[in-house]
Amino acid sequence: MATTETNSDAALIVRNLSVFFGERAAVKNVSLDVKAKAVTAIIGPSGCGKSTFLRALNRMHELNPEAHMEGEIKLFGDDIYSRDVEPVVVRRRVGMVFQKSNPFPTMSISENVTVGLRLNGVREKKILNERTEQSLRMSALWDEVKDRLHAPAISLSGGQQQRLCIARALAVQPEVLLMDEPASALDPLATAKIEELILQLKNDYTIVIVTHNMQQAARVSDFTAFFYIGELVEFDATGKIFTSPSKKQTEDYVTGRFG
Amino acid sequence: MENHFEAGLDTLKQKLLTMASRAETAVNQAVQALVQRDTDLALRVKDDDRIIDQFEVEIDELCIQLLTRAPLATNLRLVTVAMKVSQDLERIGDEASKIAKRARDLSLEPPVKINLDLPRIAALALDMLKDALDAFVNKDSVAARAVIPRDREVDALNKQIHAALVQHMVENPDTIGRCLHWIVAAKSIERIADHATNVAEDVVYLCEAQDIRHTGVKSAVSA
Repeated sequence: MATTETNSDAALIVRNLSVFFGERAAVKNVSLDVKAKAVTAIIGPSGCGKSTFLRALNRMHELNPEAHMEGEIKLFGDDIYSRDVEPVVVRRRVGMVFQKSNPFPTMSISENVTVGLRLNGVREKKILNERTEQSLRMSALWDEVKDRLHAPAISLSGGQQQRLCIARALAVQPEVLLMDEPASALDPLATAKIEELILQLKNDYTIVIVTHNMQQAARVSDFTAFFYIGELVEFDATGKIFTSPSKKQTEDYVTGRFG
Repeated sequence: MENHFEAGLDTLKQKLLTMASRAETAVNQAVQALVQRDTDLALRVKDDDRIIDQFEVEIDELCIQLLTRAPLATNLRLVTVAMKVSQDLERIGDEASKIAKRARDLSLEPPVKINLDLPRIAALALDMLKDALDAFVNKDSVAARAVIPRDREVDALNKQIHAALVQHMVENPDTIGRCLHWIVAAKSIERIADHATNVAEDVVYLCEAQDIRHTGVKSAVSA
């Protein structure tokens, strides 16, 4: 397991992470290293803590007054929960794409892409235009929308909207991209495009993806972590997890015997 | 409650075992036809080979259906191993057929007066096959690993038979045609042992998720 104390390949180093909602621990004492410029998949049955774990990686739980966490998460060596680090800065460095595409409905395609930049005070049109094209190209949407950048974002199909959300996340140039079941609401063609995009993006970004679809994890990820009842049961190279997992619980889950 | 996928895996295992039993019978009968100069039995073995071929096609079809369900871990290993084992069994059927063809040809000519231990090499090869298939049924990688080194004994025996036949041909040139039939038959038996070895290696992969082919790691104990 890639949980050594020093790991220069790691974008994120998570140590003894627990996340509580009130008294209840949703994630229990998890330690793992997320390798830089690789895709790490988090799998496990519903309620196993995988989304909770993901959200801890960019301090999203702070939006919930019931939640608190213990342990340590370092992003390229920086403690993201340090008192002198603003959550906004963490969320800029660690972007998030959600299960359901959520473009801002009143904004155009290009406004959606640049909203993060504009909130961060970028006003210069040339930069905004450049970043729009660059982000839409990286999210493999440019060719489909370049002639209608000012059309409402909600005029796009579901799959396009999800790629727009990825473009929006990329526009602020994050180091890590978190994806919470990014293709679970999409048809197989749109899913294939998202998966192809993930494989492209890992050349430049570190990606952590939560997915219920084990075949998707097998197709896109380099490493897979299996969570069960808030605990990290097994973390290994994806090929190993899906052909010969070490733990019986993992074996039972991936062969459909429970979960 | 057993799910549909598990039921499919059970059907696959059953089919594979029936095919294995057919292949074992074919080898037994082919050797019997050879030793006992039984033309009818030889023809029957050749005829029955198409049934073994059909099993291979059916097992492949079933495996492809099961693969569309994207099995993982032990299920994935079982389906992929089943495809390989069925191919080995089909080849074993082909070797039995080759032996039967030589048995038929030899049965139509006078016997060669030479003492060859064909039944012994055949028994060794068949025991290897039986033990490899038992290891598959019992998911017993220790038993599977124990099969693998026995291939050397079969190879050595085949070399002895080969040398004896070459010697006989030199001394009795009129028997060359018939001796060549015996050489081919012995080689076929040796190939059956190779296929049994393949099956044993596949069983090790099935049980341990470790590919020991071409690694030299072929001892009876886990590396």
